[in-house]
Amino acid sequence: MEKMSGARSLMVALEKEGVDIAFGLPGGANLPIYDELYKSNIRHILARHEQSAAHMADGFGRVSRRPGVCFATSGPGATNIVTGIATAQADSAPMVAITGQVPLKMIGRDAFQESDIIGISNPIVKYAFQPTSATEIPEVVKKAFYIASTGRPGPVLIDIPKDVQQNEAEIPFPSEVKIRGYHPWVDPDITQIERAIDMLLSAERPIILAGGGVIISGAFAEIQSIAELLLIPVVTTFKGKGSFPENHPLSLGPIGMHGHAEANKMMTEADCVLAAGSRFSDRSVGTFEEFEKRLKIIHMDVDPAEIGKNQTTTVAIVGDVKASLRIMVKMLVQKAIKRNEDYPWVKRMKETKDYYRENLKLHDHPLAAAKVLRKLREVLPHQSIVTTEVGQHQMWASLFFDVIQPGTFFSSTGLGTMGWGFPAAIGAKAAKPGVPVVDIAGEGSFNMTENSLAVSVLDNLPVIVFIMNNFSLGMVAQWQRTFYDRRMMAIDLKNCPDYVKIAQAYGAQGIRAQSLDEIGNAVKTALKSDVATVIDIPIDPQEDVLPFVAPGTPLTDMILPS
Amino acid sequence: MWSIISVLVENKPGILFKVTNLFRSRNFNIDSISVGITENPEFSRMTITTLGDEKQVAQIIKQLDKMIDTIEVKRLDEKMSVYRELVLMKIKVSKPSDSMEIMNIAKAFECEIHDVRKTSIMVELTATPDRINAFEDLVRGYGIIDIARTGICALARGGTDES
Repeated sequence: MEKMSGARSLMVALEKEGVDIAFGLPGGANLPIYDELYKSNIRHILARHEQSAAHMADGFGRVSRRPGVCFATSGPGATNIVTGIATAQADSAPMVAITGQVPLKMIGRDAFQESDIIGISNPIVKYAFQPTSATEIPEVVKKAFYIASTGRPGPVLIDIPKDVQQNEAEIPFPSEVKIRGYHPWVDPDITQIERAIDMLLSAERPIILAGGGVIISGAFAEIQSIAELLLIPVVTTFKGKGSFPENHPLSLGPIGMHGHAEANKMMTEADCVLAAGSRFSDRSVGTFEEFEKRLKIIHMDVDPAEIGKNQTTTVAIVGDVKASLRIMVKMLVQKAIKRNEDYPWVKRMKETKDYYRENLKLHDHPLAAAKVLRKLREVLPHQSIVTTEVGQHQMWASLFFDVIQPGTFFSSTGLGTMGWGFPAAIGAKAAKPGVPVVDIAGEGSFNMTENSLAVSVLDNLPVIVFIMNNFSLGMVAQWQRTFYDRRMMAIDLKNCPDYVKIAQAYGAQGIRAQSLDEIGNAVKTALKSDVATVIDIPIDPQEDVLPFVAPGTPLTDMILPS
Repeated sequence: MWSIISVLVENKPGILFKVTNLFRSRNFNIDSISVGITENPEFSRMTITTLGDEKQVAQIIKQLDKMIDTIEVKRLDEKMSVYRELVLMKIKVSKPSDSMEIMNIAKAFECEIHDVRKTSIMVELTATPDRINAFEDLVRGYGIIDIARTGICALARGGTDES
């Protein structure tokens, strides 16, 4: 056994896990780690705020489907990553966050830059470790990666006191670890899958609800096979957007508060749902009580605690969604089960889809959201990765930006973290440098983490920021217009700053696009660019996101554009 | 509805915090909690009593099970388990006759009498919570100076093969 420092063993352990890139910021309590990073082959991306470092790791993790790594120092460094960790937890993204901590002897003495990050992060991590000796570090790292990436993925925190980083010891590197209280993989119950098939076949109006779990497990082919074999229309949650090609004849798009009208309509008419990898969030189902009325629910999820949490389940299938769906496909193929084209429910779906696509009034403005986003779709290659910020633009992206290639759309859907999209796009670009990456943004959100432009430019991770700029906190403005009698409070951003100049100040490309043609050209220019491009598009501040299901109301009470 | 949940956990620092924080963050109720080391020093057993409907209790158990530091989570059937709580109670003695009366009640409940003073008596009672509550009702008239209750600890009846 070689004698080495805790920090050195951390680097070796990370390399053994296949880590070749990490995002972070140094500080007093993680300097020994940074000294080892200096000697290591791991590419370090210097973020300009720890929250952004965490979002970059999150974006990297969602796209590569292996844990993204971020570093922060103790105290404020650690508290700054809290939002990033909570975002990853809410969306089940694999992440390993490594914080420095004050030396062991100083813990509990209110030392300079001491924060109890283990206590603070407890409800928002999948697990947290605080090794108290250098010899524990490799084992902790192995456990952290195992926990973060298996079962329902999530963020794991490793908080390492500075002296533990510095101490030298003969440090063992376990080749495997066992955690007796953790059983992430459960084999799906075959009889439950048989029951589910029977239910789907006997149902008159079955529907598939594809959630984020389909994307996390990469069950795109399986969900498509089931939909096509049984001719079942597919709706998704917002997290599950793009788990099924949105140009597919059976696709209805996301349900929920700002779901597609045809998706909400068909969801509320269905008598049986196959919910794959969905947690039935309030934003998706409207009200829990109304949603489950007259509906038989087949719930497939890797996390047993999700079964029955928000909805009463008729058939529960616990296990990896991809594995469960694969068994289901196999059974259908073996029994040569296939539904006929003349099935009335499919006819109903086509009618509903056509009706809303023809009759739903779109906002009347030269740069209405639908037009702007359809233009982006037109010029953007299908394999491009799209992230979003949080707000109106996000919901418009859900409504008007069709995801054609499954697994290319990512958003902060659970926590709803403004400022997530841009650093996450940088992380995504690091995971897949060969494909274009676009952050569909609002200026309010982009404003929160725009200093990541320095990272995008200097670390050669060029992404496109597509700002739908309505000079206001648009979603708040919409709620104030709708629910607060137009008392507009604290929403006006007054066209400040100038995002074209901001981009240029960082050495990025800034383009203002004021017509659909200019938008198309700007995106084409950005796709050819070696540096990040910020496209600033002035849109109509008065445009609302519609349809809209008000909070606390069922999906049947959809407010349509008038 | 009142339920008893028995949780076998890793005997490591911070686990009690994690368990109670789970109850707090998920808005579950803790009626009582008791913790102690088991025959295997690597594990502790927590006995938690909680108030909640069937759906809530099922969810509590699933969330506890999901915790990486929990080894085993069981809901105990009241009839199929032994559950006890220990209480120490300091009761006021205002006049000489109180002393005898309190001791008689204590004797009927098979309490242990620990500290007899001119103005107070301390008794110890190990019983089911109902019985402790009944005792408390009977002596309340004399004046209760202090109470310390441990919360319930419980085990399922029978051997492992019978559970």
